[in-house]
Amino acid sequence: MRNKLFDTFDAAVADIPDGASIMFSGFAGPGTPRYLIEALHRQGAKGIHAISNTPGRWGDSSLVDLSLLVQDRRVAKVSAAFTAATHPSAKLPFTDLYEAGEVEAELMPQGTLAERIRAAGAGIAGFYTPAGVGTEIAEGKEVRTFDGRVYLLELPLPADYAFIHANKADDIGNLQFRLTQRNFGPIMARAAKITIVELDEPIVEAGDLDPDSIHTPSIFVDRMVVIPADAPKEVKNQR
Amino acid sequence: MTEKQPLDRQTMANRIAMEFQDGWVVNLGIGIPTLCSNFVHVDKEIVYQAENGVVNYGPMAMDGEEDLWLVNAGGQYVLPQPGMATMDHADSFALIRSGYVDVTVLGAYEVAANGDFANWRVHGRKGGGIGGAMDLAVSAKNVYVIMDHTTRDGQARLVERCALPLTAVSVVKLIATNYGLVEVTPSGFVLKEIAPGYEPAEVQALTGAPMAISPDLREFQVAS
Repeated sequence: MRNKLFDTFDAAVADIPDGASIMFSGFAGPGTPRYLIEALHRQGAKGIHAISNTPGRWGDSSLVDLSLLVQDRRVAKVSAAFTAATHPSAKLPFTDLYEAGEVEAELMPQGTLAERIRAAGAGIAGFYTPAGVGTEIAEGKEVRTFDGRVYLLELPLPADYAFIHANKADDIGNLQFRLTQRNFGPIMARAAKITIVELDEPIVEAGDLDPDSIHTPSIFVDRMVVIPADAPKEVKNQR
Repeated sequence: MTEKQPLDRQTMANRIAMEFQDGWVVNLGIGIPTLCSNFVHVDKEIVYQAENGVVNYGPMAMDGEEDLWLVNAGGQYVLPQPGMATMDHADSFALIRSGYVDVTVLGAYEVAANGDFANWRVHGRKGGGIGGAMDLAVSAKNVYVIMDHTTRDGQARLVERCALPLTAVSVVKLIATNYGLVEVTPSGFVLKEIAPGYEPAEVQALTGAPMAISPDLREFQVAS
């Protein structure tokens, strides 16, 4: 059996090339793979296509997230449900670079983002969604009516890598998430060629997790790193 | 004589929350809409759903009570409660798009007389924040908006046609503003309730489209 457990975050991201597409789990804190993001920042890969709910949060937050890579110009493109903060007065590091034309963005409804990722990990070639009909999002897309309701064709969104933060795993890579930490984790694990996971809890032996309580089966997981007990811990977000 | 007073944010949110029916699945947008969860329903059970994959979550967590892995769609810490369930993002939006949400309450920059609304990009900017609003707006059984009646410069936000890029077409049914409660009907805006001390003509003057006055117009009322 292939050993999926890596000793360090740096080793787990060492081979990621410039220009890689990477999915980042997380929603407003929970599920954000902060240690993998820090390791990739040290590793130096650039030209990244980041797929994430947001391109990272505003500068004064003490939570480490995708904005670490954005600020150092490691990200060439973001596919996300936000390119700006929900309140116009709160500026994301990404927004200035985007408005200056230094980084690309593909902005879409959050449910469309989730379903495009799901489709990529489900062998589905495309799907029709009602979200965005009659808006700018519909521009250039096939519009089709089913049963009197109008939908847009959306295509799958796969990636080379997924960075995921989960709660617990066994030694073959079966994953469990906690509460709203789960968000994009399970669908990204299926949609990426190589899935790398950071874990809150020490690894348990195969058989110790209830098979009915596994959120992501091991076959979708390639690399795992346990967050050391002395690592800087998650902090409350600043909202 | 009633003192002339625009409505504050919590009062606007309370009035919208009063519309929730027993057993409704409610999704609250970021900003003022999250205040709807502060309203205490005496005889109704409300099921709060957040698009980051949680249904039946409890009230806001106080300092020291937070679980760092449990937040609502606004990123605010909430408490677990019996019956709560979590799911991944695809399942969460499956729940939303398949019509299980009875009402979504959203903020907006503009609402048009035909129910179109715009809430993701401001004037002069590139990109914006769509979040889950487009999915929710076309899928929830009811779309309610809470927003200020005008911009800070006094420009109308209730308009004939939205100037900003749309979030969804023809979906808004009810709007609470700092000057009243406005229903969006097939024939346009109807003022149903008005802030204390204001005359309908004053509210009409702040509105960018014709607004009918309900024959049952009353003062904005929030049950306490």
